Amino acid sequence: MRKKDDKQKGPVETTGHSWDGIEEFNNPLPRWWLWTFYGTIIWGIIYTILYPAWPISTEGATPGVLGYSSRAELQAEMEKFDTRLKPLKEKIVAVDLAAIKDDPQLADFARRGGKALFATWCAQCHGSGGQGAKGYPNLLDDEWLWGGTLDAIHTTIRHGVNDEHDEDTRTSEMPAWKDQLEPTEIENVVQYVLKISGQEHDAARAEAGATVFADNCAACHGEDGKGDQETGAPDLTNAIWLYGGDEATIRETVENGRKGVMPSWSKRGLDEAEIRQVAFYVHSLGGGQ
Amino acid sequence: MLDTIKLAILGVVAVGAAIVANYAHDLAFQVHALIFMLVAAGLFIRTLRHFGEARPEPAGYEDGLIRWGVILSTFWGVVGFLVGVFIAFQLAYPALNFEWAQPYLNFGRLRPLHTSAVIFAFGGTALITTSFYVVQRTSAARLWNVPLAKFVFWGYQLFIVLAATGYLLGATQSKEYAEPEWYVDLWLTIVWVAYLAVFIGTLVKRKEPHIYVANWFYLAFIVTIAMLHLGNNVAIPVSLLGSKSVIAWAGVQDALIQWWYGHNAVGFFLTAGFLGMMYYFVPKQAERPVYSYKLSIVHFWALIFLYIWAGPHHLHYTALPDWAQTLGMVFSVILWMPSWGGMINGLMTLSGAWDKLRTDPIIRMMVTAVAFYGMSTFEGPMMSIKAVNSLSHYTDWTIGHVHSGALGWVAMISFGALYFLTPRLWKRERLYSTRLVAWHFWLAMIGIVLYAASMWVTGIMEGLMWREVDQNGFLVNAFIDTVIAKHPMYVVRALGGTMFLVGALIMAWNLWKTVTSVEEKKSATPAEVPAE
Repeated sequence: MRKKDDKQKGPVETTGHSWDGIEEFNNPLPRWWLWTFYGTIIWGIIYTILYPAWPISTEGATPGVLGYSSRAELQAEMEKFDTRLKPLKEKIVAVDLAAIKDDPQLADFARRGGKALFATWCAQCHGSGGQGAKGYPNLLDDEWLWGGTLDAIHTTIRHGVNDEHDEDTRTSEMPAWKDQLEPTEIENVVQYVLKISGQEHDAARAEAGATVFADNCAACHGEDGKGDQETGAPDLTNAIWLYGGDEATIRETVENGRKGVMPSWSKRGLDEAEIRQVAFYVHSLGGGQ
Repeated sequence: MLDTIKLAILGVVAVGAAIVANYAHDLAFQVHALIFMLVAAGLFIRTLRHFGEARPEPAGYEDGLIRWGVILSTFWGVVGFLVGVFIAFQLAYPALNFEWAQPYLNFGRLRPLHTSAVIFAFGGTALITTSFYVVQRTSAARLWNVPLAKFVFWGYQLFIVLAATGYLLGATQSKEYAEPEWYVDLWLTIVWVAYLAVFIGTLVKRKEPHIYVANWFYLAFIVTIAMLHLGNNVAIPVSLLGSKSVIAWAGVQDALIQWWYGHNAVGFFLTAGFLGMMYYFVPKQAERPVYSYKLSIVHFWALIFLYIWAGPHHLHYTALPDWAQTLGMVFSVILWMPSWGGMINGLMTLSGAWDKLRTDPIIRMMVTAVAFYGMSTFEGPMMSIKAVNSLSHYTDWTIGHVHSGALGWVAMISFGALYFLTPRLWKRERLYSTRLVAWHFWLAMIGIVLYAASMWVTGIMEGLMWREVDQNGFLVNAFIDTVIAKHPMYVVRALGGTMFLVGALIMAWNLWKTVTSVEEKKSATPAEVPAE
């Protein structure tokens, strides 16, 4: 590499070595750089005196003169809210479910807390707005598998549906009919369900399907197909479907059965006050009866 | 004699790999055994065809390997960016996790493919390539043991192929940036020890009295990565015929060792290694002496002493004891100035030649790289402060931070080196087009800004949304609310990534045309042969 002319060079000399044409100036350390570096070191030493830092004994590290601990910090914050909410939590458990709405402070507590709990535990299946998804009921409409009263919702949340961990759980199962019924019978009953739900169907087959329905399905879904909240059997005559109301999905449901599960939240760690909050919130979403 | 031994070893490996493939417990292990078999068989035939031929050691620098390195760095760069763009779109539009491509092309498998392709395939190949180039030039010596250097280079490429195919086939030990399974780790260990040997061997036979600063950084990178790799991959295979292994460390100890590794992969792979690159290519391209020798010494030792302690800042507010969190945070903050020493030396090297920023887009690229280096090494210490970290941790802010480092610093300095190297290695008069370099620069630059800015926005937003509670302490937002809120910024991020990818494609085209259609340089410069 060509030598630099003196004009370009700074006042500082190079170290005198050259590697593949690269030279190095012997500039001093920039002052601001050095002092900032020292500053961070001093800050570091002070910080380690104030906070837990030096693992000097087998007992543990130096605790720091501020006595800080991240666990204690978390606990203090939790306790702050626990103390603030304690009276309300006690009250919501003590009063009658139906009376929550009459106490504005309690109702506000139930709705806000229920919303947060719903967002944390329920939204995964039922959607963040409670709109539901395939296999997970919509909580905004007035169709309820197990009843939409505050008490019914409370029981469902508390014990779940088909949750083997809770002996008080609601139990419901749509059997798989493919081994019980002839293929033509299944075809006919599918057409019948299409008919009672007001969809396009094969009239002759639906006619034949009426008997199949009466013999096999009416026990749970009712003779008119309007369902039964005692057994959790859905209403088949409206446009609301848990798994889908098109012909193929109805056939799939009849052939293979359905057995949805909702966890028992008393067994999953929510306390009674929290369950009541969620019940109140869900009831308030619009579909509550 | 040597050829006979080679044949014997290759034959045994090929047959052994075939047997292993037959008894393999899982698909990934089987495919990898077959890859080993094919490579060994191919080399066997090649050795046989050239059996007993005399191979005179050519004089001058070993540049054939480095030409391959330039080609493959470019290739892996484009692959890594492409996968990155695709997974960015997958995050914005989850339907791109195509049903027909499951489970191979889902986000979970492509994500480590992207990070490893960029860090280890693109970055690693660029580091090995430039380190071989730089250590020869600054030592005025041919590479020590060229056959071993070839083993290092191609062995590393095999590692990349094994890692990448392993991820797609589901073989992973689930440690971030250390995903490859036990046998791939063992292979990398062999390659890395050979790398260390070649590098030190070349330094030992150097004809310059002193070791140039770039080589200190390269050496720190090689030595420390070896140590980190061994420490973090202590694993017991479930079976010698399967890919699955179990890590020896457990619980928070495992987490701490993982982030001791993970953060120093950033520190020694992505920082020290690329500082080595910077210390050679910036003064060469600027044709100016390095600003301060003193600063280079002080910041080098401070950097490598401090970096190794900073890992615990990845585990703030976890089961890690408070004192260890303090350790990580304090060392990270003290690390700020030593990191900036490299930036100062890079930027100030240009003092007296600032006009080159206007005329030379390669210098502009390198300066931008150094500036992004400075920015991310300020952002890093800031994010390691616990109060900041409690907001930034687990959010997209971290992703943005990593990318201003990876795109802004690592990739930009590598692009500069590739533009520098190509005309010299293929003995061309000049680059095919300086205008295209300028296009590449601006596309990359705007791409990075879109990327980093969108991730700052989503990161801080989701951090605030996660912690938002009402007066009773109840959470206000559901997780899905944050995901929905981030969607527009995810699209912006994907577009930024696309621009970066297009820039890299322009570079690939420019380099290709430089080799194929620029006239050859008339006379070899004296710098092309080692000094005697």
